Amino acid sequence: MMAVAEIKIELKKGVTDPEGQNTKKALELLGFKGIRSVRSIKFFEIELESEGDEAVLACKEMCRKLLANPVIQRYSIHLK
Amino acid sequence: MILYGILWGEDVNPEEIKVCIMRIEGTNCEDETYNACKAAGCNPELVHLNQLTGHAKDRRDLEEYDALAFPGGFSAGDYVRAGAIFAARVKSSLGKEMRTFVEAEKPIIGICNGFQILVELGLLPATDGISKVPTAALFTNDSGRFECRPTYLKNQGGGKCLFTRKIPRGKVVMFPSAHAEGKLMGDNDRFLDRLEENGQIVFRYVNPDGRPSGYPWNPNGSPGNVAGICNPSGNVLGLMPHPERALDPLTAPDWTRHKKKEGDGMAIFRSMVDSLCR
Repeated sequence: MMAVAEIKIELKKGVTDPEGQNTKKALELLGFKGIRSVRSIKFFEIELESEGDEAVLACKEMCRKLLANPVIQRYSIHLK
Repeated sequence: MILYGILWGEDVNPEEIKVCIMRIEGTNCEDETYNACKAAGCNPELVHLNQLTGHAKDRRDLEEYDALAFPGGFSAGDYVRAGAIFAARVKSSLGKEMRTFVEAEKPIIGICNGFQILVELGLLPATDGISKVPTAALFTNDSGRFECRPTYLKNQGGGKCLFTRKIPRGKVVMFPSAHAEGKLMGDNDRFLDRLEENGQIVFRYVNPDGRPSGYPWNPNGSPGNVAGICNPSGNVLGLMPHPERALDPLTAPDWTRHKKKEGDGMAIFRSMVDSLCR
């Protein structure tokens, strides 16, 4: 039994993303054109001994306790 | 001894005041914080989180201490979010003791990374009491950069915060700032108003004329130019700039213009000691 969980931590809508903005600027300075926006997203890949609902529940707990701050971030969990 | 002193209204010897300077891997301002406490006359000790929780040979109990400081640095490499790992570890292994400490209204200061830890712990702003999940965040500076320079702060003088009792209301002090994540954000639109109503705003970034100002005087883009806040009872203070780096007047960039006996930062630590001596 094993699952690989992909956890994506994104900024909530309306929270400015200086890293994304700066990256956009840097890409434009490199000559890339037509970039509408750049968002920075954090991605964790976690191998678990559990799977299914149990694995998702564990991941939710991980997000709640450490991986996401609900004031600025939201998380999504995907089992591979 | 301290309890005895408080009960009997006697003066407490500052040297008997034990301050726990809590660190984990990546904390790096513990020595300055130690020196600040020492200079203010009390008895600080550098304590690793594991000493307070595990079965270490040099085991300590949080309740032995009269005050607690979370120093600056890059605890746990600032991974996940600044302060998040330190906070999660404290919450899971020392949660009860921390709550007792806060509720006993013992002084707790978090400087820079320490402020980020207090926010992640839910001990600040704690407008509606200690929260299980964070109700605020110290997010990436608007500039997207590490901002490092002296900053002017005006004491907003809500009157509650025990760490600013020796700083007159409206006085401008200069503490150095050095952080990449210092923008204080709340979980609702009334966040700042409620802090203000509660007298929880302790310091705001100002320009040299003492007026609240944006970038570059405010290094991170915090709404309302807020630099430091306390909890509603005033015993927990978190601030981004470093008072412990402003102990000696000779380290101030304007030391030739203002002859001072000691650096601005000393007042924070003297206030803490003073509040425990009464």
